[in-house]
Amino acid sequence: MGSMGSILLQLFNGLTFAALLFLVASGFTLIFGLMRIVNLAHGAMYLMGGYVAYAAATASGSFLLGLVCAVAAVALLGLVEQWLLRFAKGNELRQVLLTLGLALMLNDAALVIFGGDTFSVPTPEVLRGPAQLFGITYPRYRLAVLGVGAAVLVLLWLLMNRTRLGALIRAGVDDAETVEAMGINIRVVFVATFMLGMALAGIAGALGGAFLSLYPTADSEILVYSLAVVIIGGRGSLGGAALGSLAVALLSTFGQVWFPELSYFVIFGPMALLLAFRPHGLFGRPA
Amino acid sequence: MVAKPVFITATVVLLALVPAVVPGYLTSLATLTLIYALLAMSVDILAGYTGRTPLCHGAIFGTATYVVMYYVTTAGGNPWLAFPLGVAGALAVSLVYAGLAVRTSGVYFLLLTLALGMIVWGVCQRWTSVTGGENGLRGNARPDLLGDPTAFYYFVLAVGLAACVVMWRFVQSPFGLTLKGIRESDSRMRSLGYNTTLHVFIAFLFSGLMAGIAGALYAYFNSFVSPSTVALTQSVKGLLMVIIGGVGTLFGGIVGAVVIIVLENVVSSVTQRWSMVLGGLFVLTMIFAPEGIVGKLRSYLARRRQR
Repeated sequence: MGSMGSILLQLFNGLTFAALLFLVASGFTLIFGLMRIVNLAHGAMYLMGGYVAYAAATASGSFLLGLVCAVAAVALLGLVEQWLLRFAKGNELRQVLLTLGLALMLNDAALVIFGGDTFSVPTPEVLRGPAQLFGITYPRYRLAVLGVGAAVLVLLWLLMNRTRLGALIRAGVDDAETVEAMGINIRVVFVATFMLGMALAGIAGALGGAFLSLYPTADSEILVYSLAVVIIGGRGSLGGAALGSLAVALLSTFGQVWFPELSYFVIFGPMALLLAFRPHGLFGRPA
Repeated sequence: MVAKPVFITATVVLLALVPAVVPGYLTSLATLTLIYALLAMSVDILAGYTGRTPLCHGAIFGTATYVVMYYVTTAGGNPWLAFPLGVAGALAVSLVYAGLAVRTSGVYFLLLTLALGMIVWGVCQRWTSVTGGENGLRGNARPDLLGDPTAFYYFVLAVGLAACVVMWRFVQSPFGLTLKGIRESDSRMRSLGYNTTLHVFIAFLFSGLMAGIAGALYAYFNSFVSPSTVALTQSVKGLLMVIIGGVGTLFGGIVGAVVIIVLENVVSSVTQRWSMVLGGLFVLTMIFAPEGIVGKLRSYLARRRQR
């Protein structure tokens, strides 16, 4: 039972991490797919969301309020970023590098405001303590994160496949110019997608800030994982983001158990293997 | 064309005079600038001449630094021997990177090299038994012969000039011209019968070699290495130097290195917010002067002269 139980425990750790990663990476991949913008500030947005959630939740004692504030703050930053990006319109490389500069600035701003200490967003009262599941005890909060991840996956799938906005986004990923030529204001779709991605990053920051904790380099870590997810899953694909998150999270979780010092390396192997055969990821198509 | 040799000779003479005319602190700053100029030029080989913007050169550079520091301080090896070992380490990392990234281009290349570079950073951060984790590795790695700052400056200058000549020959060679062709149109070069993948692969290795030399020199210079040496900021710094100096001009990287290193020192003496300034500079450059500050100045002056 002992080793079986510990494997099950790691499996759950991997799944909850995958759920969190999916929240960050799905927004990242949608923005990338639709707007051709690689938002390297996405990790910084996640961290900012986490810090704001921490500040608001500790001040008010309400986790929910923290979550709302995080989404609002990140959405606001997202608006600023979109405004800045308009100056580099039409040139992918310039836009990427601009978001990179923004990521550095946001990271440093976070350091000024919150210092170098490690924080954890206080979890809501109802979700504190352990739960019994398949013969193991597991933190209730992490199970809730897993639930949120699954719910967001379902909601995003419904949004993409059952609504008009989703159809526009999918059409835009394939060919934004044609969508525009059909008389649709693609700019509105762009803004909506960008804000959706920002909101997801904010939610992820608040949720992740409660079990992964927040520290100055957390943004680059989550960014690298998201990059790996998109590289594996392919640009603009929701299914790719889900599969990629699962792969990256499980690999890194089990990697941390088996090779604690080289865990970062473990996501590298499959990524390399995949790239050798599919340079654009599992579900991606050449731009 | 007559002005060129004169200009080059004057620059070299000026550089050689630096330790004689400026105080010690500035000599060490000049040494650092030379090291970063080498890094910037190595980035330009890929960004400017091959048309593939890399964000992994901090990792390649830092690998050489780590290897030199580890070999000298932890393993107690010979400092001279550490240099080629460090460069070999950087070359090994570039080999893996090049093999993976060579088939991609554009934004995908940038993303992939970013992720690959971050892996080295993650390993340096967590592999504490070898890298010392956050605390890094400390100790004098410089050979006794180069202990004196002036002697070390000349050593770096000599290595840097040799590297400049080699890089200049490289980009001017038929191979370098082929690279430019690949930058303009990969498919056209391929249909002309060139093995473009192999060309990019070799360019990547060459660029990694130069970044490795810079990294090994940095170990001699700094006597300390920590994960921040291999961090993304380092790659960003190198790339920004290239952009400021003008992408695809090779020696523009030297101008960029001077601007950034001087600015870093001025800013750091006033405030701790260097990273904020670096990020802001990047954003502003991308908005107002994507062709580089040197390029911007040149076009501005040309416009003024016309009037």
